[in-house]
Amino acid sequence: MMDSSVKIINEWDIVAARQLGRNVAKELGFGTVDQARITTAISELARNIYLYAGQGEIMIEKVESGTKKGMTIISRDEGPGIPDLRKVMEDGFSTSGGLGAGLPGVKRLMDEFSIESTPGKGTFIQSVKWLR
Amino acid sequence: MRKKIYQYVQSHSDEILNEWIELMRTEADERAVQAMSDHMFVKTSAEFVDLVVSNFSETEEAFHERAVDFSEKIVRLGWPLTMMTDGLRVFGQIVENGMQKDGTIDHSSYFEFMGEINNWMFPMYKTITQAYTTSWERTVSLQKIALQELSAPLIPVFDKISVMPLVGTIDTERAKQIMENLLEGVVRHRAEVVLIDITGVPVVDTMVAHHIIQAAEAVRLVGAKCTIVGIRPEIAQTIVNLGINLEDVTTTSTMKKGVEQALAMTSRQIVEVQE
Repeated sequence: MMDSSVKIINEWDIVAARQLGRNVAKELGFGTVDQARITTAISELARNIYLYAGQGEIMIEKVESGTKKGMTIISRDEGPGIPDLRKVMEDGFSTSGGLGAGLPGVKRLMDEFSIESTPGKGTFIQSVKWLR
Repeated sequence: MRKKIYQYVQSHSDEILNEWIELMRTEADERAVQAMSDHMFVKTSAEFVDLVVSNFSETEEAFHERAVDFSEKIVRLGWPLTMMTDGLRVFGQIVENGMQKDGTIDHSSYFEFMGEINNWMFPMYKTITQAYTTSWERTVSLQKIALQELSAPLIPVFDKISVMPLVGTIDTERAKQIMENLLEGVVRHRAEVVLIDITGVPVVDTMVAHHIIQAAEAVRLVGAKCTIVGIRPEIAQTIVNLGINLEDVTTTSTMKKGVEQALAMTSRQIVEVQE
């Protein structure tokens, strides 16, 4: 299985992560709408890392399960973590004065979504988009 | 010893060059070899070897100047830095092998030779890497300025109507500029309607949307109306998926519709003349 990752340290790394995601999505044969969904999801995740954790990593993997093919986006950081997971998954909740649509938005953009976070340790988000 | 190395290098310069090119072709980064034609590769290689040899005869300052010139050139040609550092290493190896073969150095003088060649090579590594990275950094900063210049112009297209085309990624720095240019331009051009065209923005995530909403709100505060034009179908879908509320902002799919709407808002229309 081929996989690759982008370290997120500054704002331009978000663009690099996005570009990588778009290339992989294109390779797998995702249509333009799904490509836009995937790149937007990566953009949200990478920006969260940049804004809240300072640094971290976006990993992109191709996945296969039975006859289904798709791609996994993993976002990992060792930042402050999220104290109340239920709250950040609510629409309109934001600590930064933003729109508060980030994480719930990613969940809607992707097909599968899971999040683990330990305050003081970091956050791990895994999401999958299946090719239809 | 230094003299011996110099003598060897000078009397064997053609051989060294040929061997160097041969070795670099097989060892070097493919990018570097592909980046230029064969003729160019040989020519640039000759220049590089020349530069290294000149380190013996010229003063430090003259060498530094040459290194800077050469570095600028190869940055433009797209040679990676490793091509220069590997190049130096290979050069040292060739000289070492050659001098061993013709008996100029043997076991007893090997340490002296290594010491001398290191003394010769290390400052050169430093100068060359420094020169290369400096010209690289300059290229990057020039591009940054160039990027900023085409960042976010506000163009008056009709009386009371202005357009701001956005192309490329919007980061925090650019978002700030968009806001400033927008507000300043609206006041200066006495615009009543501003069309922000996002056809060329590859990704609209929550941050970009947030900046656009804020910009539209600020435009409203200075007494003008703002319309977002050029929302592509896939962008429309991601905006809906993200759950972004753009209800307070007027939007259209194309610039054409946007202009028509803007003309209607300022009680005008375009008519065909009949003659």
